[in-house]
Amino acid sequence: MRSVESPFSDIGRLDSLAGKKTPIHGVDPRVKVLTTIYFMALVVSFGKYDPAGLAPLIIYPIAVMVIGDIPFGYIAKKLLIASPFVLSVALFNPILDQSPALAVGPFIVTGGVLSFVSIMAKYVLTVSAGLTLIACTGVDAICSALAGMGVPRAFTIQLLFLYRYIFVLGQEAVRMARARALRSFGNKGMGMTAYSSMIGHLLLRTLDRAQRIHLAMLCRGFDGEIRSAEISGLRLWDLLYLAGWSSLFTLLRLYNLPAWLGRELGRLI
Amino acid sequence: MHMADALISPAVGGTMWAATAVLTVYSARKLKEEMDDRKVPLMGVMGALIFAAQMINFTIPGTGSSGHLGGGLLLAVLLGPHAAFLTMASILTIQAMFFADGGLLSLGCNIFNMGFFPCFIAFPLVYKRIAASGPKSIFAAALAASIAALGIGALGVVVETVFSAISELTFRTFVLLMLPIHLAIGVVEGLVTASIIGFVSRTRPEIFETDSYSGCPIRSSLPLTGKRNSTKSALLAVVLVAALVGGLLSWFSSTNPDGLEWAVARSSGDADLRSARGKIHNLLAAIQKKIAFLPDYDFRKDQQEQSAVGEKTKGKDDAWPSVSAGTSISGILGGAMSLALAGLIGFGIRIFRRRGRQDGTEG
Amino acid sequence: MSHHLVEVRELKFAYPDGTPALNGVNFRITHGESVALVGANGAGKSTLLLHLNGYLVPQAGSVRIGDIPITKNTLKHVRQVVGMVFQDPDDQLFLPRVYDDVAFGPTNLGLPPDEVKQRTLNALALVGAEHLRDRPPYKLSGGEKRAVSIATVLAMSPSILVMDEPTSNLDPRSRRQLIRLLSEFDHTKIIATHDMDMVLDLCSRAIVLRNGEVAADGAARDILGDLELLDSSGLEKPLRMQGCPICGNH
Repeated sequence: MRSVESPFSDIGRLDSLAGKKTPIHGVDPRVKVLTTIYFMALVVSFGKYDPAGLAPLIIYPIAVMVIGDIPFGYIAKKLLIASPFVLSVALFNPILDQSPALAVGPFIVTGGVLSFVSIMAKYVLTVSAGLTLIACTGVDAICSALAGMGVPRAFTIQLLFLYRYIFVLGQEAVRMARARALRSFGNKGMGMTAYSSMIGHLLLRTLDRAQRIHLAMLCRGFDGEIRSAEISGLRLWDLLYLAGWSSLFTLLRLYNLPAWLGRELGRLI
Repeated sequence: MHMADALISPAVGGTMWAATAVLTVYSARKLKEEMDDRKVPLMGVMGALIFAAQMINFTIPGTGSSGHLGGGLLLAVLLGPHAAFLTMASILTIQAMFFADGGLLSLGCNIFNMGFFPCFIAFPLVYKRIAASGPKSIFAAALAASIAALGIGALGVVVETVFSAISELTFRTFVLLMLPIHLAIGVVEGLVTASIIGFVSRTRPEIFETDSYSGCPIRSSLPLTGKRNSTKSALLAVVLVAALVGGLLSWFSSTNPDGLEWAVARSSGDADLRSARGKIHNLLAAIQKKIAFLPDYDFRKDQQEQSAVGEKTKGKDDAWPSVSAGTSISGILGGAMSLALAGLIGFGIRIFRRRGRQDGTEG
Repeated sequence: MSHHLVEVRELKFAYPDGTPALNGVNFRITHGESVALVGANGAGKSTLLLHLNGYLVPQAGSVRIGDIPITKNTLKHVRQVVGMVFQDPDDQLFLPRVYDDVAFGPTNLGLPPDEVKQRTLNALALVGAEHLRDRPPYKLSGGEKRAVSIATVLAMSPSILVMDEPTSNLDPRSRRQLIRLLSEFDHTKIIATHDMDMVLDLCSRAIVLRNGEVAADGAARDILGDLELLDSSGLEKPLRMQGCPICGNH
């Protein structure tokens, strides 16, 4: 039942990466979230036909991965796995847009190709930034960061519960699916009726579990009011992190570094 | 059906995030008013259940392909629209964070498409209306609501992509690609949702009734005492949805002079329209002609738009380039250099840190 | 001293669908006692336990903790005094980090952050789980989960510990460790269990429930030796008190 179990071990892997102790892990989660969001917003704001301008921005995910001790191969694999939708939509661009845009020696590069590369570059940048954020921050830190930034507690606490019980319910689902598979003697796959009844049973068990959890919460003084642990203040290091990266991103957005580099190189040659 | 960051413009992303944020705050407030603190753990575990359920594929009879459950409608039936919306939002958030299903910027779009539409549109307008006429109509209600939710959701993806103008796909092509598939998915999901609801109401009917102290954790969100004119309202709901979808489609078609009529008119005259072979044939023929014209159409449109911009480009030739590329040759060169530079810096940092660790200092 | 008293008088309770659960239960537990609640499945153990912190409300009779009757207004206080640990640790560890779970109780009591931290770390130390503080619960073994779930309750500083099947699903070593741990607590302990050998090790007193009524209430040693009583209640002697299977000695 690899197809069912692997997403959960995957989440677990990202979770353990988040437990490491590196300078990046030590930065305040709110700062990391804000930096990443700013990064993504800027990436997405680049022009349709400007893939080269995006190139230097790769330094952010790379730096975080290296300092945060996050394996490249792991992120690369996830990038690959999640790419089909974007790839298939983006592939229409070179097909539909055949207008020439650029001449490289004897080759003509169409606008479609440029926009395709741009889309894929944006994909790589935004997704790797997002994944590295999780890999060096952890869900509970992100939830407290979100709560600290004004997201309703009802949502963040619910996110925490969801994250906590994904593993429990995943295991229950796996067990049920496995038991069913053992009784189906070679018939491939689960039909819709079997699926519905399985989910139905799981659902009822989940309702009972929710009740027991609620009881456990009551026993520990829960009264409907969700209280949060205190969040520590921002240190100078955190502010420097935010300011440093944001200025770099802004500069790279406003001034086209690759064009300048290319011109200087052309001058030297 | 997940939007990706790379296909979104900041304007679209920002707008949808704003809409989602408003909805989130609204739902949270509504839940607080209900003062049912049992919902807190319930939403979490139900979310985890739907998450787990989404991981399991089932085969669709007759096609052999696999399907899976979206869950928005099921959650809405069991938890009520506000709790369901928040739950779907958190499921999508976890998926975005861990599986890069859609990005963090497009999360606003995704929560809107897959949370708002099932919980706040399909559930109250379609499901509740149809289901109100009694337990026997739950099946039809779930089916109709699922199809509606998925259809509108798919439409949402298309609209957001087209408005972002990063993909070259036109509204029509994209709709043709997305809508049929997602309506079919809606049918499947509707069937599965209906049978799950049926299962639950058979084995634990008290879940859909009002609170009782034996610990039923869910308050009723479904008026099972029927109104007799609900068939009318059901029909009305379906008609409304169809009108909405159809209206959007026709609006988009009509803003282009090269609309359906044009394609049909360009064919062998009105004779086709009045032929006895029927409307279906005409529709198919029209679609066929439309697709055939598509690449040309886009190319021409580009040229019209770009001719105004043409003067600004730094091309040596005036006839072409017809696209104002933000990238020039030197740009490409510089881009490659920047990549290499970034890689070198990264490599350098790694070596530096490794040395630091070997010296016994923890990074 | 009367603060640590548990007094149940003529407790009657039936579920809303009519199933009778408790039919006039009476007992009185004093400070520091270690009491086992035994009985077959369905005898009413869990139902009785749920009355001790006010989750279920008696239909007749009363429950007093200390000198305080359990009412809507006294619930919060009662739940701080009576710490309840359930059978499935996954139901009690509902946050993604062990530390957060243990801190949940004190935070709800409204204590200042330093106090919360102090209590949390103390509770973890008491059960020997300080090294687990940053772990997610799904990465814990059965014994570790059990220990942590006890810590979540200890952080509230209860005087009475109520536990439902604490040794179920534990491997022999974890079980032994748990029994040792519990023997070190001076809290008043009420333990519902099938583990008769643990009763022998840990509890001085036993209450036998049968069909919603108290069939016996007395010294654990005596009750555990009374074959007829145990048999009619669906129970057996502790394994240690049964005949040696190898040499046949009783």
